[in-house]
Amino acid sequence: MKIGYLVLLFLCTGVLSAAAQNYTTEKSFISFYSHAPIEDIKAENVKAVSLFNTATGEIAFSVPIKEYQFRKSLMQEHFNEKYMESEKYPKSTFQGKITGFNPQAKGIQHVSTLGKLTIHGVTKEVNIKGTIEKLVDKLNMKSSFIVKLEDYNIVVPQLLRNNIAEQVEVTIDFVFKPQ
Amino acid sequence: MKKLFLLLLLPTISFAQDDLLKELEKQDQNTDYTIATFKGTRLVNGHSVETKNGGTLEFIFAHRFGKLNEGLYEMYGLDQAYVRLGLDYGITDNLSVSIGRNSADKIMDGYLKYKLLRQSSGERSFPFTMTLLGGTAYSISPKRGNEPEGFKTVDRLAYTAQALIARKFTPSLSLQIMPTYIHKNAVDQSREKNDQLAIGIGGRIKLTRSVALTSEYYYRLDPPDNDLFEAGSKRYNSLGFGIDIETGGHVFQIVLTNTSSLTERTFITETKGDFFGGDIHLGFNVTRTFQLKKKDAK
Repeated sequence: MKIGYLVLLFLCTGVLSAAAQNYTTEKSFISFYSHAPIEDIKAENVKAVSLFNTATGEIAFSVPIKEYQFRKSLMQEHFNEKYMESEKYPKSTFQGKITGFNPQAKGIQHVSTLGKLTIHGVTKEVNIKGTIEKLVDKLNMKSSFIVKLEDYNIVVPQLLRNNIAEQVEVTIDFVFKPQ
Repeated sequence: MKKLFLLLLLPTISFAQDDLLKELEKQDQNTDYTIATFKGTRLVNGHSVETKNGGTLEFIFAHRFGKLNEGLYEMYGLDQAYVRLGLDYGITDNLSVSIGRNSADKIMDGYLKYKLLRQSSGERSFPFTMTLLGGTAYSISPKRGNEPEGFKTVDRLAYTAQALIARKFTPSLSLQIMPTYIHKNAVDQSREKNDQLAIGIGGRIKLTRSVALTSEYYYRLDPPDNDLFEAGSKRYNSLGFGIDIETGGHVFQIVLTNTSSLTERTFITETKGDFFGGDIHLGFNVTRTFQLKKKDAK
């Protein structure tokens, strides 16, 4: 009977410590870059949030679309109104599992993640590579990957094919702190 | 006893197994401000709640042809045109100024427009957007030296104050109401008051992501009993319909309206056309936006 309690107690603390291995965003930066013959388009977002469980490798991102800042405000409006339909789909999300990360190891580690990326209401299974650097009690996660607009039903009118690329390069740079 | 213990454990376990994304969304409660309630700063003839973003300049070329019912001799109105050339500039995202010149009655106009309240959802939720508009119109006609006796320079001036209130109900449906006050320094007292009130209603329905239908109607609240122009013709409330087509930095608005003017004092209080009698002016508002100051990347 007593051993049973101990086991339960052990389980209980185990569960708690697993929860304590959640890391949350301290600083976030996401940018995307579209290169097309007539113009290059770049936008940056510092309002994304993320949760990362180092014990299980589970990770989730949530990116508010309207927070992408463009240098031209009309471009920003069109991005939200015509392409991303931000009122219908206010957020892009990613949910997946990181493999190749050792919470104990120091320095930069190359990791990859398999998960579901949702943009413009369309969810795709993706495999993204990146790095995680362990700083004293923080984690710096970096990645860069390509998103094809047509995969996510983002339609660029024929007339603007020279202004907007068919695929954009997304760069992320997150600093995590223990939750 | 054991069962009790397990029961106590249950919430911790379920918390740990909770979906990370769902947990993230619980934490992430920010305010989402509504954008692009309307495509342009003008609904049909009058203003919409939209202001120009900070550092952007908009050139508006608006014109109205003559009346459709003038027949073939006037090429159904196309032989005449009334033009307003204007510039709108966003000082900040919420404050803009505009100036323009109307060929109808040779009126120069200027506006200050301030977006006071913004429709939003999320943490801080608010049901509508409200923009305050103040305008001055200066009539260059009659020509200096040709003024009637007793005509003073101040008589050329008229003022407009509007509270523009709009709500974007869905991404494709926006409605606006516009309580309006107009003061004209000089009027024919037997036919008109110096101070006039009107209420406007208007809206937009988006047909595709680049094409929308708009409409606008101004109802004068206290027209005099003797609601006529000097020539004896009747005054009407202004009514207009438009199609907005957006292509990149341009917005083309094709409109049908019963007024030939593009400044409030004239189209709200001095509309001559009877829309349902065929006094319809075809017109265009063409805008081009220039980004003068680029936003710094954060």
